[in-house]
Formats: sequence, structure tokens, C-alpha cells
Amino acid sequence: MQETGTSSSVSNSGMLPEFASAFASEILATEDFRGDVTYVIKPQRIREMIRFLKTLERCPFNVMMDLFAMDYLKSNTEMPERFAVIYNLYSLPSNARVRLKAYVPEAKPEIESIHDVYKAANWFEREAWDLFGITFTGHPHLQRILCHNEFVGHPLRKDYPSDQYQRLKTSIRSTGM
Amino acid sequence: MISVEIYRNFMQIQRPPTTPVVAPSEEAKDFAFTTRLADFIQWGRKNSLWPLPFGTACCAIEYMGVVSSHYDVSRFGAEVVRFSPRQSDCMLVLGTVVEKMGPVLKQVYDQMLEPKYVIAVGVCASSGGFYRAYHVMQGIDQIIPVDVYVPGCPPTPEGIIHGMIRLQEKIQRGGIVRARDRHKLIGK
Repeated sequence: MQETGTSSSVSNSGMLPEFASAFASEILATEDFRGDVTYVIKPQRIREMIRFLKTLERCPFNVMMDLFAMDYLKSNTEMPERFAVIYNLYSLPSNARVRLKAYVPEAKPEIESIHDVYKAANWFEREAWDLFGITFTGHPHLQRILCHNEFVGHPLRKDYPSDQYQRLKTSIRSTGM
Repeated sequence: MISVEIYRNFMQIQRPPTTPVVAPSEEAKDFAFTTRLADFIQWGRKNSLWPLPFGTACCAIEYMGVVSSHYDVSRFGAEVVRFSPRQSDCMLVLGTVVEKMGPVLKQVYDQMLEPKYVIAVGVCASSGGFYRAYHVMQGIDQIIPVDVYVPGCPPTPEGIIHGMIRLQEKIQRGGIVRARDRHKLIGK
């Protein structure tokens, strides 16, 4: 385990005090699992937060590892909202990870797009929209990326029947993919 | 889905009438033999299959073993693999076909010339396999007619060769229905 640099860039717990203080009103909860910290946040100012983390001088989170959604329908534990959008960021200089988790309501599953902060988020957001129906406002091309164009519904939602197959009826050319 | 009963009945009708073969005359029997023309054509067809591999998953890797020297499918006259549907008559669907791939498979099949045959290799192509989920076609016979199904995940090379032998038997029997008629049997 390489110890050098960890004490100067990130505290041992993995907490980011400057992030916590800058967005104190936005952070609902903080979890720390073996040095990987998760901030449960309000979805409204997500773009500012992501940009803050990317440009953090002490420990810039310069890699967007993943962006995905969760559906907590039929969850055993009570969740604040049905859907959550989760952002996994990684800092190459500091070998640190951070996870942001924003709950979005079932009635309006919507969050701001961060495609202009991380280019990688463009396809991640399309995937989350395709499979979970999360709308990313400001996304330049929010279209299905895995399912075909005639697909109706969002198949990774827990209320989508797993055996509901949807035949693609048009020819190859008209699918536009 | 195809009604199996209708399909079988249809195949019965398509079989050539079994007229008796007249033996060659006494003076010619040392250098001549007689057969039915249909049997002769089917014998030629079954021993010169031109396979088109539609490989989408691990079954295609097994098929590489089938065409290589160890298993050597040229023993069955089907070693010249063509990657153009217009130059082949036996499509091997080797792997999972997702719903999005369906029109591609259909178009490739439509481009093949008659007579043409289809072998569904592996459980994914045959029935969807363990992909009981929204994205995988539950058997390619939903969109194209299939002559032989080879089970396995993936099937062994022996299994694929067995499937090809069964196809040869089927061709020899004359039970292959013309595709334009077969399309009528497939419910949309």
C-alpha cells in the first residue's frame, strides 16, 4: 500500500472537507467505506458539484469512472425516492475515489446533464435514460443507446416484465443506428 | 411460431414420389447404375454445402474448431466458408441474436439463393438460451426458418458436425421446403 501522498492530498478517511463545506446545504448524508467516500446529495446543483470535484486543486477527480442509475422499487429498506443517479469519480494523481448519489423522484426522474464537464458522461447518460428513463436536462443527444429505436419503456426498471420482448420490425436502414 | 404439425405435413407433401428404380440392363450393369434424378441432385447438394457463419458468440469459436484440421468438416463437403450470403447456401447461426440484430439476420438470410438451409447452433440461437430477458430473441425461428437445431452452450465440435450430418440426411430425404413456401408457415 503506497502511503506517500495520501496524507497530503486526501485525509485518511477519504473525506473531502472543502467539498463538504462548499456544498454543506446540498449534502444529505456521508458514508465512508474503507476510505471510499459517498456523498448523498440533492440533485439540483449536480453540475456545479461535479465541476468542483474535477477542478479540485488538491486532488482533482479527473476520471469519470461510471454513471448509472438505480431503481429502488420493491426495496427491502425505505428509500427517500424510487430512483438514484450515482456518479463514480476517480483521481489519478491522488489514487482517490468519490461517489455522489442523488435521489430523483419517480414522478419527475430528472437531473442536469454533465456532458460538458466529462465527455464520458454523454453515453453514460444515454444509457441511464435508455434503461431507467432518467431524463438528463441539457443533454445534446438523449436517445436510446442499447435498445432499438422501436423499444417502448425502460427495461431495467423493476416494474418492466423481464419476459416482455419487443421485436424490431423495421429494416436495418430505417433504424438509424 | 411454426406449428410443428403443419410443418411435418407440408414436408410429407414435398417429398418426391418413391417411384421404383429400374435396374440397368444385363450388359450395362458392370459400368452403369440407375437412380432417381431427385436423389442424385440431393446427393450432390448435401455433399457440397457452402456454409455462411453468422457468428455472434462463443459458438462461432467452436465452429472455428470444426473447420480446422482436427475436426475437418471438409470430410462432409462443407469446408469452403463464405462470408457473402450470395455465395453460400447453409447459414449457421452461431450465438445469441438480440432483438436489435433481428433485421440484420433476416436481411442476410433473404440474400441467400435457393436452395438454402439454416442450422441454429447452440441454445441461444435455438431458444434464447439462458437469456430469458427483454433483449434477446427467444429463438431465431421467430424470423427465419430453421432446419436443424444443435443444443449445447456452446455445443462441442462433434455436436456441430452431428447437426451438419442431420442436415445432410434431411437434404437427402428431400424434406427441405422452398423458402418462399416456408415463409407462409411462419406466423407473424
